Amino acid sequence: MPLAASPALADDAKPVLTVYTYESFIAEWGPGPKVEAAFEASCGCDLQWVGLGDGVEILNRLKLEGAGTKADVALGMTAEMVPEMKATGLFAPSGVDLSTLAIPGGFADDTFVPFDYSYLAFVYDTETVKNPPKSLDDLVNGDPEQKIVIEDARTSTPGLGFLLWMKAVYGDQAAEKWKTLSKRILTVTPGWSEAYGLFTSGETPIVLSYTTSPAYHMIEEKVERYQAASFSEGHYLQVELAGQLAGAQNPELAKAFLAFILTPDFQDIIPTTNWSLPAVAPATPLPEVFSRLVQPAKPLAIDAATVAENRKAWTDEWLQALGR
Amino acid sequence: MIANTDRRWQALAGAAGLLLLGLFVIGAFAALVTQAATIDVGAVLGDPYIAGVVRFTLLQAGLSTLFSLAFALPLALALHRFRFPGRSLVLRFFLLPQALPVLVGALGILAIWGRGGLLSDALAGLGFARLDVYGLTGILLAHVFFNMPLATRLLVAALDAVPSESWKLAGQLSLGPAATFRLVEWPAIRSSLPAAASLVFMLCMTSFTLVLVLGGGPAATTLEVSIYQSLRYAFDPARAVVLALAQVLITGIVLFAVTRFAGRVDGMATLGRAATRYDRMSTAERGLAGLVILLGLGFVLAPFAAIVTRGLAADLWRLFGETALHRAVLTSMLVATAAATLSLALSLALLFGARARRRNAEEAGGRGLYDLAGSLVLVVPPIVLGAGWFLCLRQVTDVFAAAPYLVVATNAVMAMPFVMRIVGPALSSSAARHDRLAESLGLAGLNRLALVEWPATRGALGLAFAFALALSLGDLGVAALFGNQDFLTLPLLLYQRMGSYRTADAAGIALILGIMTLVLMSVGEKGFARKDPE
Repeated sequence: MPLAASPALADDAKPVLTVYTYESFIAEWGPGPKVEAAFEASCGCDLQWVGLGDGVEILNRLKLEGAGTKADVALGMTAEMVPEMKATGLFAPSGVDLSTLAIPGGFADDTFVPFDYSYLAFVYDTETVKNPPKSLDDLVNGDPEQKIVIEDARTSTPGLGFLLWMKAVYGDQAAEKWKTLSKRILTVTPGWSEAYGLFTSGETPIVLSYTTSPAYHMIEEKVERYQAASFSEGHYLQVELAGQLAGAQNPELAKAFLAFILTPDFQDIIPTTNWSLPAVAPATPLPEVFSRLVQPAKPLAIDAATVAENRKAWTDEWLQALGR
Repeated sequence: MIANTDRRWQALAGAAGLLLLGLFVIGAFAALVTQAATIDVGAVLGDPYIAGVVRFTLLQAGLSTLFSLAFALPLALALHRFRFPGRSLVLRFFLLPQALPVLVGALGILAIWGRGGLLSDALAGLGFARLDVYGLTGILLAHVFFNMPLATRLLVAALDAVPSESWKLAGQLSLGPAATFRLVEWPAIRSSLPAAASLVFMLCMTSFTLVLVLGGGPAATTLEVSIYQSLRYAFDPARAVVLALAQVLITGIVLFAVTRFAGRVDGMATLGRAATRYDRMSTAERGLAGLVILLGLGFVLAPFAAIVTRGLAADLWRLFGETALHRAVLTSMLVATAAATLSLALSLALLFGARARRRNAEEAGGRGLYDLAGSLVLVVPPIVLGAGWFLCLRQVTDVFAAAPYLVVATNAVMAMPFVMRIVGPALSSSAARHDRLAESLGLAGLNRLALVEWPATRGALGLAFAFALALSLGDLGVAALFGNQDFLTLPLLLYQRMGSYRTADAAGIALILGIMTLVLMSVGEKGFARKDPE
């Protein structure tokens, strides 16, 4: 009876490695099934995915479960969340050597292992937008009749990323700039799926997404129509992380999995399944399309500690500016 | 004496139902409260931001209800006066919006009303500005789309419940349309308005994705959104509990006011055979009724046409071959069937309990607790139930193994307000009609259920079952909370595809979900239907 199907029933003989991640990671077309097959080929174990909404929800689920969690590894949180994650005391040091990382601006941490990264970007429809914005300033001061859709900074990682992007570029002037930009905002959606759905259905010509989004359309759909706008101030960098739970039932397997993340077997799967950039220099060259994506001149980021300290105040400021 | 045994088991069933429901809801709250370090009720409720949120929640829910009913009224009248082939199909279509995952519905609505929609394209072609439906307008538009058909069905059902003698009399007196409305139709509709209004109001109080997608920005924040945020983003169970209680309390007050000042909340029968009417309509009146029906049908079906068009553009053959789809279809069917069955069982328990109690008290007042219990669960946010039970169960069992059962239970409880409103009136009218006879014949227990209640209520039970199925099929919130790779429902699969750029797949899945809902609902309704025409 499928209703009773549970992870525990799957493969009794082998040890089980339970990995919490976000929903789209484990979709049939996502990286999940391939990563699972690659890791199981050598670990003598059974990898079980648990799909949750997004990075924020993964952390909240872990807080909800506390030390009794079934998770051995959590995968899909972002770098902004590191201080908050460490404060929970739920994670264990990774012991993984991060010297091979190829993440712009670098990344160092004893607990979390980056598995990919991407730049936020405004993706536009070339059929309706003839003069895409060339800078964040262009976007903010552009034609209010040409609408954009962004994600909610309270409920999504790209939404929070854009909030930090504005802060990184405008600092104390951010609130004012948000007010100007608000005239262009058609709507603010709870998450990426809703925003991108409005975009592909032709409701808005510009949407907040990633520089790598066009790669999906070019490779899978053979369509050049959707492109990302390159901004002269730089693009906000979103680094995605994995970490091992201190209370992992299979700490050895969890360690092995974290180390596996930085091997070509894992990294080569990422670009064309998770549509983001590999965390280490790829062993096999990326598909040609990736060389045609926007290559930001400058990665923008605000260090995690500052974000943790100011997030509530900045979110309130954002709420005020957009509350009509 | 025999009736006494009946009363005893009915009271017992009612108490058991109430207890289970209470345990389910209160258990979730209790689990969250134990998780919360301190609860500062004053700080949460004194927050001026929250005051604004409450104001906006009430404003949009109130207006949504008003508009839904205002449009449902002429439509219900037209549908009841004007008989035409395909009328029952129209009424069945009107159940569909309830089963639609909200995001799909929103995209369907925008395909017609949005900036890039059909109407905007037409306006732009004529040199006018494109429509701007975001903000309060968008929320209202979407809420009317989702709830006006529901309200229409409820009002049509109220008209169906008018005794045939009234129509006969109206025919004999050759009452005109205005007089028929004043003397026959309006009294029937008026008594069912509070029930319809309260149901729509509760649904609009708790809508979440629609408000965020079509609300335009953070200004359009509702209590339900704040509750989601408190749990999903900030992980602040204390705040979530306070906000959820505030939501339950506010809705409770509104419901109480409605029942107190506007009559009984469950005063409507919802199926009934189409009543035979004797009023003759002039050509102009027929034309007007036809026009109203066409407009209403167009409003409801246009977004569906967009969904169908987009769905057909997807690679359906490939989708049909995917094991993920097969699994999701099977899981969704099992979950929905189980949830609908459980919902019917629980609702019947409460309804029988209410009946036993009423007979004891000999007045309607005693029923309040059961009615309110069946209604209020609708405004308890699913995420609160889900998160609460998650906390409870993880201490005793493997939560992921329990996930399907929790989803079934939550979906069943969420459908109860609908089921009770549909089955309740049928049950009480059967009681009113047959109580004396049954008692004088000494009919009781199973015999009475089989000979009296079953024939009188099977139609309503079928409709209620169809409703509960539809709601559960479209549910995303609860299933998403417990998602793992072994538990995949159709709406989850749809969101998964959207989340990995496969919008066309998602459109195809939306179409499959819509068709599946229509088929399951028809089977559900037909399965209960009378074999012999009456």
